[in-house]
Amino acid sequence: MADTAVLLEFVEKLKAENADWVADVKDALGEVTVTVPREAISGVCTVLKTAHGFDMLADLCGADRGPEEDPRFEVNYHLFSTTHHKRLRLKVLLSEDDPHVETVSSIWKTADWHERETFDLLGVIFDNHPDLRRILLPSDFDGHALRKDYPLRGYEPYSLS
Amino acid sequence: MSTAVENLPNQFDVLDENLDSQMTLSMGPQHPSTHGVLRLDLRLDGELVIKAIPDIGYLHTGMEKLFEYKKYQQGIVITDRMDYLNPLGNNLVYVMAAEKLLGLEIPERAQVIRVLMCELQRIASHMVWLGTGALDLGAMSVFFFAFRQREKILNLIEAASGGRMTPSYFRIGGLMMDLPAGFERRVRQFLDDFPEALDTFDTLVTGNTIWQSRTMGIGVISREDAIDFGLTGPCLRASGVDLDLRRDNPYTGYETYDFEIPVEKDGDVWSRFLVRMRELRESWKIVRQALDRLKPGPTKADAPKVVLPDRDDMRKHMDSLIHHFLIVAEGFNVPEGEVYHAIEASKGELGVYMKSNGGPKPERVHFRGPSFVNLQSLPLMSEGEMVADVVAIIGSLDIVLGEIDR
Repeated sequence: MADTAVLLEFVEKLKAENADWVADVKDALGEVTVTVPREAISGVCTVLKTAHGFDMLADLCGADRGPEEDPRFEVNYHLFSTTHHKRLRLKVLLSEDDPHVETVSSIWKTADWHERETFDLLGVIFDNHPDLRRILLPSDFDGHALRKDYPLRGYEPYSLS
Repeated sequence: MSTAVENLPNQFDVLDENLDSQMTLSMGPQHPSTHGVLRLDLRLDGELVIKAIPDIGYLHTGMEKLFEYKKYQQGIVITDRMDYLNPLGNNLVYVMAAEKLLGLEIPERAQVIRVLMCELQRIASHMVWLGTGALDLGAMSVFFFAFRQREKILNLIEAASGGRMTPSYFRIGGLMMDLPAGFERRVRQFLDDFPEALDTFDTLVTGNTIWQSRTMGIGVISREDAIDFGLTGPCLRASGVDLDLRRDNPYTGYETYDFEIPVEKDGDVWSRFLVRMRELRESWKIVRQALDRLKPGPTKADAPKVVLPDRDDMRKHMDSLIHHFLIVAEGFNVPEGEVYHAIEASKGELGVYMKSNGGPKPERVHFRGPSFVNLQSLPLMSEGEMVADVVAIIGSLDIVLGEIDR
């Protein structure tokens, strides 16, 4: 797990492909995080999947840094390879006014529900997603529950009727 | 409601068109073979499934939100309630992520006990899968035989931790407490009896021609689709992908144990059944090896600011008492950073993304549940099959709704 030299090689290859794709690289706790501009996420994922063996999207999750932060939201893509068993994290940062990012569900089908969950709980909108509906919360739910400014117990008691 | 969503077509509306030759069947949420509160919208032509849309969220309790309001050590008890058939696996992945952020070294004995308990839990989880899966297809006696074995394991877990379904046995930095006296003897007794039970299952189910014709060639998913849909665990290995995180991303010393990874090629319900049945024997092997390795030693890391001190120390040493007070009252600060840690749970890759902002409470905890991801492939597997086979497919996916909805 701790061997990040191989992972940094992948990052170098990505940089060689297109220098604009890698905004920042962080190597911490045995994991490598690549911050990617949001316009590039689709291209980066396609290259990593087809040329570098990251054929599985293990996880996709969003996080809220807090209403006072800008960029406020981050979307983390945890890539995994079923052949060389390495993991790589991609990170896209989004501002509160414009929380849009291109979907990766056309690259990995598994991203479909992960993106719906991230939309449901954080309000990040995945452009060109085939079916961006709420998944865990009811369709008439108001607000996005995992945002930091959403109170733990909600604004008012939720009624199913 | 966000504006982006209102413009999209609703899949449920599409279902209501052209109802003259087809019907819509709402299966669940209160249906015994959906293994919890899963609802399926099935579009049927006669008995043929044309479209299947899973509807989840009935058990959503906002656990990921709750983690942000609890200290790190308080979060462990929440993880028990996610995949309630495999709570020790959930404990393990959560505490290991926190340990990774803290940089803790776990003593050898604690590592061995973690492996031992996790493999026992895997057997218990597979017993529920086998019992309920067979019950769904009408084989009632298997259920009783399987739950008898599970009961023995739950008794073992209760002896060690005090809880049957909610053990919270693994703590950040080690274990809640050491194993009780006589525990090894009781595990050995279970291990001696278990192969005979496995042979009983083989007689009851594996060699049963009705079982074979209900499972073979049903719910097929190809190797490429399985990877694309992010399937993990037995479901992925049944489609011919040789991947097991215990071997490929080893943790808690799994690389030093001798076990095989069963792989099947066909990707149908039968293959998933075979993979799990063979996994039971491998888990049995690992538990035996772990028992042989149990040597006396500490079960908690040497980190007084993180690990609760022994009661005895607290009575004798002032600093232990202070540490205890601070851990309980204020918690401990975890260095800033983010980790993604994944283990091979009984159902597949159980991952946790944990982000710390340097304080005593996590900033974000996200669980990647194998059930959540595996369920997503249900439409692909069940479209074109009969309604009765959907029940077999759900059983073979081995989902737990507590983990899907969180």
